Amino acid sequence: MPLVGNNTSTTSPDETLLSAEKQHWSFSGRSLFRWESALVLFFVFDLVYGGTSSPDFFSRNTIFFAGINFGLIAIMALPEMLIITTGEIDLSVAAMLGLACSSFGYLFEHHVEVFLAMFLTLCVGAVGGALNGFLVTQLGLPSIAVTIGTLTMFRGLAEVILGTNEVSGFGGPWTDAGTNAIPGTPFAWAFGIFVVLALIYGAVLHFTSTGRSIFAIGLQEEAAFFSGIRVKRIKFNLYLISGIVCAFVGLLYTYETNTARYDAGTGLELNVVAIVLFGGISIFGGRGTMLGVFLSVIVVGIFDQILSNNNVSSQEQSIVFGVLLLASVILPNAGRGYRAVRKRIGSKWPRSQSLNENAAAISDL
Amino acid sequence: MSDVHVVEPILVMKNVSKSFGAVVALADGSIELYPGEAHALLGENGAGKSTLVKIIAGVYQADGGVYTYDGKARNFRGPHDSQEAGIAVIYQEPTLFDDLNVAENIYLGRQPLTIGRTINRREMRRQARVIFEQLGVDIDPNRKAKGLSVADQQMVEIAKALSKDARVVVMDEPTAALSPEEVKRLFTVVANLRERGVAILFISHRLEEVFEICQRVTIMRDGAFVRTDLIGDLTIDQIVRSMVGRELGLLFPKTDIAEGNEVLRVERLTREGTFYDISFSVHAGEIVGLSGLVGSGRTEVARAIFGVDKYDVGAVYINGEKLKGGSPLRAMHAGIGFVPEDRRQQGLVMDYGIDHNVALASLRKLSRGLFLFRWAEDKLAADWAVRLHLKYGRLSDEANTLSGGNQQKVVLAKWLAGQPKLIIVDEPTRGIDVGTKSEVHRIIDELAQSGVAVLMISSELPEVLGMADRVLVMREGRLAATINRSDATQESVMMAATGQV
Repeated sequence: MPLVGNNTSTTSPDETLLSAEKQHWSFSGRSLFRWESALVLFFVFDLVYGGTSSPDFFSRNTIFFAGINFGLIAIMALPEMLIITTGEIDLSVAAMLGLACSSFGYLFEHHVEVFLAMFLTLCVGAVGGALNGFLVTQLGLPSIAVTIGTLTMFRGLAEVILGTNEVSGFGGPWTDAGTNAIPGTPFAWAFGIFVVLALIYGAVLHFTSTGRSIFAIGLQEEAAFFSGIRVKRIKFNLYLISGIVCAFVGLLYTYETNTARYDAGTGLELNVVAIVLFGGISIFGGRGTMLGVFLSVIVVGIFDQILSNNNVSSQEQSIVFGVLLLASVILPNAGRGYRAVRKRIGSKWPRSQSLNENAAAISDL
Repeated sequence: MSDVHVVEPILVMKNVSKSFGAVVALADGSIELYPGEAHALLGENGAGKSTLVKIIAGVYQADGGVYTYDGKARNFRGPHDSQEAGIAVIYQEPTLFDDLNVAENIYLGRQPLTIGRTINRREMRRQARVIFEQLGVDIDPNRKAKGLSVADQQMVEIAKALSKDARVVVMDEPTAALSPEEVKRLFTVVANLRERGVAILFISHRLEEVFEICQRVTIMRDGAFVRTDLIGDLTIDQIVRSMVGRELGLLFPKTDIAEGNEVLRVERLTREGTFYDISFSVHAGEIVGLSGLVGSGRTEVARAIFGVDKYDVGAVYINGEKLKGGSPLRAMHAGIGFVPEDRRQQGLVMDYGIDHNVALASLRKLSRGLFLFRWAEDKLAADWAVRLHLKYGRLSDEANTLSGGNQQKVVLAKWLAGQPKLIIVDEPTRGIDVGTKSEVHRIIDELAQSGVAVLMISSELPEVLGMADRVLVMREGRLAATINRSDATQESVMMAATGQV
């Protein structure tokens, strides 16, 4: 640490300040509390709890079913992660899944060639995502309001397109991909896709200029803009990609269940947001890591599977998600709050001699 | 004068301190105000004056020290508390409610009522009129606040203070935006207030005003009390030396160099309602000062050049090539750097690492193929930290752990890393302690020496006069004057800025 406090004869406020700051860091330590370490502990807890509650826990089945039940949520968590890191939110993800399901079902029913139908479904996703992006960036509306609006709208459209019909009998090689494990592994295809996408998303978030821009936008949008970062374009693109990814998840969902229904994935948006926040992504934007979200997916996915194995009802599972959501907003902030308090205590201005002199000067008056 | 000190002080602050996180805004605020005195509070920007005032007003709460008002120790929880107690603060630009009339503004929240518990408008107007008469000003209580001149708005604020029987009135640079006649009227009112036993704390950068109306003066430097004296015991020289803590000459290390090619040319730039018909140019190696009162449109011109705001008419040329407006990124690629006025909101991502901040405007350049690695940012940041003598703990520390001056160096580093042809600095030393201030000036001077064109906006006249080769003066959205270094004096610039040419 160069340049600091090497001039003891004239302590300007600047230098005193910095040396105080330095001391503070040395005793409180920066990595005192990392959320990722807490997640690893949660993972251990999962294994212990799972192992003790069911003799069949450590099996291929657990891994496969956890992957198939949770993979779709996990994939949707990836674009959500980037959006929340910029300080915005997308609550329309699950509704987009439903709209994609409906669209694909409708096209399939009308004998559109499968690849074309898939492509058109992804286009629906792109249009929906672009709509979100347009409303948030061009009209400057708050994303929480916009995406609650499009949530309702997408779900409504899904019902208009398909009504209460169920389309099924998709068949073909894609059904296998939806319901079987990746050959030679216990992992569901959805999970495999998640892992590959997570690597890409992690690289984008942590090792590209776009990732830096995303963090900067989330921390201080105006300063990012003043530094030549194209804030609107980046946000728009994130919504666009979110739409496409969610439409893709809609396709996966259709093949997993071999049915297309308008109400597919209803309510999953909250699970997606919960996963992201539990992964340590700050709801205020600008903080978090891909690793955290990845661990969060694993921890919550396995926990969810344990609860299902133990026949815990879905109502009770939703309580778990509620608690998770709250805990993930409170706990990482609690760590930061603690650091902030330490900092405040640590940086109290040291009383200097000149203060007493000044006091004397005043009383002389 | 001799009887002033017999009475007890109405307000006493002793060793009051205040920090924000690691930044110490006020280390030792000490002042005594007596009823019936006009007391000047002097100090450079960043000396802690406004923090002191905000503690007096209850906007901030002191971390330490003693604050007594009216004989009791106080720790006001908010401006409302201090107003209740009889302390009024008149800010440089008062914030009245535009759509309410003057009387309503004065009595907001405590309007006189009729027997039927409705607002007694007639009584309210009558009382307002009485107060204005006492003040000797002529403002119609019935008119809407919208469109009042700044001076009249201040008068409304003062009337508001009187209607609450204020015993301490703080005026934070009240004359900065006033014409000489308006200043004269304000001074009559100040004398009037003193006769009623009100204590006035008067903050101003114009020393001649202080000598004219104040009896005592308190000087602060670097967040700490320096001295309190009777105004008659001090010369201007002594005051300046106490404020600055050194000879003024050293503050502005201006080197004269021959100017090069024209880098920036602005032609007839106009943005409806903000600025009109602005034309000027800046050459390589030249420092052009853009001066004028707060609100005269200086910052807006800079923002338009950098593409933050759009403009309606006119054109900006960089090295003779027309710059398409409306995008900071385009401006950046054309070779412009912009150190904005609001460092905490616009200049820096405060909660981001120093290294990330330095790299923020060079992300593309630092990328290797698709990827950007932290070591590339660290290398860049470390390089600039050494060059600009940045005082920091670790490069990964958040920018908010730095002092104001060092934060500003980070902002400068961010732009210098992109090797700009033109750098626009808006209030480059606002809120920076004097030591770092001259370092920032030295950096700007070195930049100009190395052939960068510099456009410097500043409200501090000594800074403009000390640094600029040429001074452009704006008034009410127009370019009022261009003054060469040799002709630029406090008087000539102020005259142009206030329209007294």
